[in-house]
Amino acid sequence: MSADATGDAYVEFDRVQKSYDGEVLVVKDLNLAMPKGEFLTMLGPSGSGKTTCLMMLAGFETATNGEIRLGGEEINDIPPHKRGIGMVFQNYALFPHMTVNENLSFPLEVRGMGKDERESKVKRALDMVQMGEFGNRRPAQLSGGQQQRIALARALVFDPSLVLMDEPLGALDKQLREHMQYEIKHLHESLGITVVYVTHDQSEALTMSDRVAVFNDGVIKQLAAPSDLYERPENSFVAQFIGENNKLAGTVRALEGDIATIELADGGTCRALAVNCGDVGSRTLISIRPERVIIGAGGDENAATAEVMELIYLGDHIRCRLRVHGNDDFVVKVPNAGDESKELTVGQETTISWHTRDARALDPL
Amino acid sequence: MAAQPAPGGLTTVDGRPLKQALAEAQARAKRRAFVLVLPLLAFILVSFVLPIGQLLKRSVYNPAFSENMPALVQWFRENPRGSAPDESAYAALASDLKLIRKNKTAGIVGTRVNYELPGTRSLFTKSARKARKLEPPYREALLKVDRKWGDPLLWQVMRSASSAYTTSFYLAALDRKRNADGEIVRVEKERQVYIKLFKRTLLLSALITVTTLLLGFPVAHLLATLPLRYSNMLMIFVLLPFWTSLLVRTTSWIVLLQSQGVVNDLLVATGILDADHRIQMIYNQTGTIVAMTHILLPFMILPLYSVMRPIDPSYVRAARSLGASSWTAFRRIYLPQTIPGIGAGALLVFILAVGYYITPALVGGSTGQLISNLIAFHMQKSLNWSLAAALAALLLGGVLILYWLYDRLVGIDNLKLG
Repeated sequence: MSADATGDAYVEFDRVQKSYDGEVLVVKDLNLAMPKGEFLTMLGPSGSGKTTCLMMLAGFETATNGEIRLGGEEINDIPPHKRGIGMVFQNYALFPHMTVNENLSFPLEVRGMGKDERESKVKRALDMVQMGEFGNRRPAQLSGGQQQRIALARALVFDPSLVLMDEPLGALDKQLREHMQYEIKHLHESLGITVVYVTHDQSEALTMSDRVAVFNDGVIKQLAAPSDLYERPENSFVAQFIGENNKLAGTVRALEGDIATIELADGGTCRALAVNCGDVGSRTLISIRPERVIIGAGGDENAATAEVMELIYLGDHIRCRLRVHGNDDFVVKVPNAGDESKELTVGQETTISWHTRDARALDPL
Repeated sequence: MAAQPAPGGLTTVDGRPLKQALAEAQARAKRRAFVLVLPLLAFILVSFVLPIGQLLKRSVYNPAFSENMPALVQWFRENPRGSAPDESAYAALASDLKLIRKNKTAGIVGTRVNYELPGTRSLFTKSARKARKLEPPYREALLKVDRKWGDPLLWQVMRSASSAYTTSFYLAALDRKRNADGEIVRVEKERQVYIKLFKRTLLLSALITVTTLLLGFPVAHLLATLPLRYSNMLMIFVLLPFWTSLLVRTTSWIVLLQSQGVVNDLLVATGILDADHRIQMIYNQTGTIVAMTHILLPFMILPLYSVMRPIDPSYVRAARSLGASSWTAFRRIYLPQTIPGIGAGALLVFILAVGYYITPALVGGSTGQLISNLIAFHMQKSLNWSLAAALAALLLGGVLILYWLYDRLVGIDNLKLG
């Protein structure tokens, strides 16, 4: 991957490994290249190595092996304060003994900038996050959302071309978090900065990013645009981690082109797109998104009988848990169309179907 | 709405004033809390407030003369300051001398006068012994017993002692006294000890505070940042001195620092020092500073640690990512956040050092003595409790002033002891 990335790559991880104790690798052979101006999210469960990667990029952790390059230059041995990377921390890390103005002025002061220039830059940065009137407050006098904006303004005030964000919205309530997601996204677009964003919230990753790197156990499982990640997961981990997913375990019986015929656990068969399922005879896991399942025999050859186990009313749709091919955790989202004749009841037997292209045969977990 | 803001404040739904209702609702809980702290209050009153009150009273109140010499007290009251002692004064003195002989209180009176005019105790005991034979004219008779009875300074001292309430102990504690004319003057050069000792006490305490801060800051930082299992181990080493007798810790410094001690032996063995030029590190100021720094170190480390522990490492990281070198990040971001701990530790160590007694007594020699050693001397040896009380009161006043200054400069709310 490093070979094809050297061209216009701005941030580059080249065979990076990290171990804290010399026994366990927290990051295993990380290769990643991102062009200037990209919004890249590192997504993964806690302990998957994503924050470690961010800390290595910021300079707070040293890579055990491999090279990290910024703008084509190796930065492994450059101390954090000389990297010129803006960073937003999970707990904001606003200096409690300084006012908002002093907080924002700090990065400019240590760069030896004059007073007038500092003031105008601080003011511009505060206006950018709509916090112009709060300059004389202390961080403790601000709400969580306001502190978040100040932290953002502080990371941007010295015009870094790369900004790192370590779960910056984790402490906010849901509504504010969604609002801030759009705001960060707009800032990214209007300023043209490169952003590396770390989160464990997949909806956050999908909303904001140009590309998402899904981490698990120190490896990038898939690096792709949000729509690809959701619609074309390359392995079962990604399919499970991003969005909701129905899985059917089975064994590959035949392969014709990119279509595999799979024998399921209860003896039934099913056809699916062979993505990552190995040769005939190997175990596989089929992944089908709930919204791609059709109630009734509308699909092509993949039809199955299903027993309704549970119905959960969610307003815009009804979440329907079914037993399909012996798996009683098979979820279908039925749009709330108001058509009473199509209403399901618990215990009812029905038929469901799906298109072969919507079923993806992936690696067994 | 029932609770309208009436002219007299809010009321409850049934019309009672809200403040009164609140007080009644909380009265029971308050009574309970008061009963619970009552034993502690009583204990503090008996063991702390009363003794200190006694001590402060003793520094300005000494009735040894006024109670035992009624006739002379009467004469001093009738004749204003400056009037020379006439025959009536000597008559009063003679009658009092007879009285103190009868009551066997000549020693007490003599000691009281002796505090201010050394060498007069025997004058009183001797004269009291001969009091029965005194015949008028008393002036000649008394001067025959001892010529000192004609000394105007003696009469000035007796006048000041004739009042039970006196400032003379405070004057003495500040190296001042009254001359024969009642003016406040400094005592002779060779007798000026207290001011010098106060200065030395403050200076050494400040020095000890600074050294504990310099030594304690890195240790506290290490404690606060190390992984828990290492920091627990280190904490045990910090607390270990608390579990050892103060006497053991102090005497172990004698073992280390004396001229035939471990440190000198090592320096001689490694050839750094010549055997004839061993350094005197104990029984002087160096000994006091070294031993007290060691003993007071935990009082600096613990408040610092309690302030440093919750400081999130991301502050320094944020400063570094914003372009600050590690030194700038420490100075501008970390250090200001530890100020409450530095203040608390410094105040604690300084106040403890100012009143420290046993360590300077053991390792201070003559140049390493502090004011508390002199207070102890007056309590135990010279038995001049009033002077001891005056010295202690001055020390207390000094500490209170420092406390007030700290409050003004840093703010007592910022004090954090753990």
